[in-house]
Amino acid sequence: MTAHEHPRKPTRPWFLGTVAVLIYGFLNAPIAVLVGMSFNDSAILSLPFKGVTLGWYQTTFQDTAIQASLLNSLKVAASATFLATLFGLLAAFAVYRYRFWGKSSFRIALNLPILLPGIVTGVAMLAYFSQLGLGLSLGTVILGHVVFGIPVAFGPILTRLSQFPRSLEEAAYDLGARPAQVFRGVIFPYIRSAVVAGALLAFTLSFDEVVVTLFLTGRENTLPMEIWGRLRTNITPEIAAVATLLLGISTVLVLMSQWIADTDEAGHV
Amino acid sequence: MKKSLSQSSIVYLDQVTKVYPTANGEFYAVRDLTLDVQAGEFYSLLGSSGSGKTTTLRLIGGFEIPEYGEVYVGGEAITEQPPYRRDIHTVFQDYALFPHLTVAANVAYPLTVAGMSRSDIQPRIQEALQLVQIAELGDRKPSQLSGGQQQRVALARAFINRPKVLLLDEPLSALDAQIREAVRQELRQLQRQTGITFIYVTHDQEEALALSDRIAVMHAGQVEQIGTPSDIYDNPASPFVARFIGQANFLTGKVTAIFELGESSTTANVVVNNVQLTATSPRYVPTVGENVTLMIRPERITIANAAADNQLTGKTVDVTYIGQRIESTIETSLGPIKMVQLSSRLALEQTVQLSWPRSDCIILPS
Repeated sequence: MTAHEHPRKPTRPWFLGTVAVLIYGFLNAPIAVLVGMSFNDSAILSLPFKGVTLGWYQTTFQDTAIQASLLNSLKVAASATFLATLFGLLAAFAVYRYRFWGKSSFRIALNLPILLPGIVTGVAMLAYFSQLGLGLSLGTVILGHVVFGIPVAFGPILTRLSQFPRSLEEAAYDLGARPAQVFRGVIFPYIRSAVVAGALLAFTLSFDEVVVTLFLTGRENTLPMEIWGRLRTNITPEIAAVATLLLGISTVLVLMSQWIADTDEAGHV
Repeated sequence: MKKSLSQSSIVYLDQVTKVYPTANGEFYAVRDLTLDVQAGEFYSLLGSSGSGKTTTLRLIGGFEIPEYGEVYVGGEAITEQPPYRRDIHTVFQDYALFPHLTVAANVAYPLTVAGMSRSDIQPRIQEALQLVQIAELGDRKPSQLSGGQQQRVALARAFINRPKVLLLDEPLSALDAQIREAVRQELRQLQRQTGITFIYVTHDQEEALALSDRIAVMHAGQVEQIGTPSDIYDNPASPFVARFIGQANFLTGKVTAIFELGESSTTANVVVNNVQLTATSPRYVPTVGENVTLMIRPERITIANAAADNQLTGKTVDVTYIGQRIESTIETSLGPIKMVQLSSRLALEQTVQLSWPRSDCIILPS
């Protein structure tokens, strides 16, 4: 090889790349516009852009209704995530470990809530709760969120569990560990990343859920419901500011769950 | 007899049967198996895959519960006890090291789950790591170790709280041929040093011969023969064992006369293809007129013109130089006969006279 020759490079798919960027750019443009409008120095939620201000964020942080609904959202998401992850973990373990009658139906039933339209789940649960005489409150919202949270947690946990080498468990028993010690010391560390990833995902979904919440909420609002409510009455850029914050939190949570899943996968051989 | 063996042996399997249901009926992984392992023994279960050797190990370890029969350890029936109640540890074929724990934490695991305090554990870890010569690797994760090092960690972990019995499931099979032999010697040393009873599963006959005090040769879920390595090699109980361990020439013939009914063996004349051979039967007394198989190990055959119990003339048809030894095939009136020599090399198409003593011509039931 002589010095002036360049090494051969593979051709790059410039055309496809450009098309992809354009399509995803178009699809994500509304989000960018929303973020932009949250900084807009204008009294209504619309363009044109009149100047940059942090005023709407200031308004948001002083808005007691927003604060209350944020607190409600956190309560709902935290409780729903805890319950959904717990049940998802138990269900994943049952499916991984045991053969039982109706196992495949059980799996389908578990996943149904994410396949069904939220409006169906919402109506169904509303009817069910009113039959039971259960008054609508944050409690019913939590129950609704648990229902679709379980499959979200169940999926990654089962995937990880099915990679778990059975001999590790046998080795632990062999070396004198009791069942509880085996779970705590050997099985759980192996699936921890999946549990955390599933929980973060369930939290994110619960945190910005609207459709099911719409049917099950009582007098107290969650944050997305508050936004929804305001959209119909007073549309100010404050909504955009709240939505931007919500977007930020969700993005961070999703990235975290991805990152945890990746780092842990890489750590194991 | 049975009762006392179950009491005096460190491990005793009493007519144990393990059955698995399959699509085409039942599969007997182990059938009516009786074994006794004495304290301090290096005991091998030798067999090909599907012979039931690993199932036997799992029955002793407590990972399987037999449908019939009893498992005794230290004179106590523990057939249905879970593994964590048994004073037995296993070195798994894939080592089964805990990936999220360091080497030291892996090795300490049996002590940790037993609730021992950290300060008591620390010196024991060092001792165990030194025993397997990896004292400096305590802080590593298993994924940072070579296969040989991982295997040492698995050994140290299984050793650390001195179980009564150590089960080893093909522990060398994942290692390179070069280090396998070194580790094999270390294993033997470790066993002698600690005095722990080893039950060792392998499909490698050389490994079993080199390591064991006694070997149980398994086939189709049953024991074919139990004995010392030389016992099994020199006096196999069946054609299967003779074929499985080492190389051998097999001839089939008819017993024409029995003379010398000795205490430990019988001598008989056997006619193979009109050639009369004199042979020994160390295990059973054949009858005149019975069809039998004769086994002659290739290295027991010599080339000599001097008188011998058995002589046969033939022509060399193949000579293979292997370095340490030379394997030749001699075409005779009884068919091709294999022989092994250490030095002298035969020429092809050379006419030679083979001879071997009656004690190396073993009668096996056909």
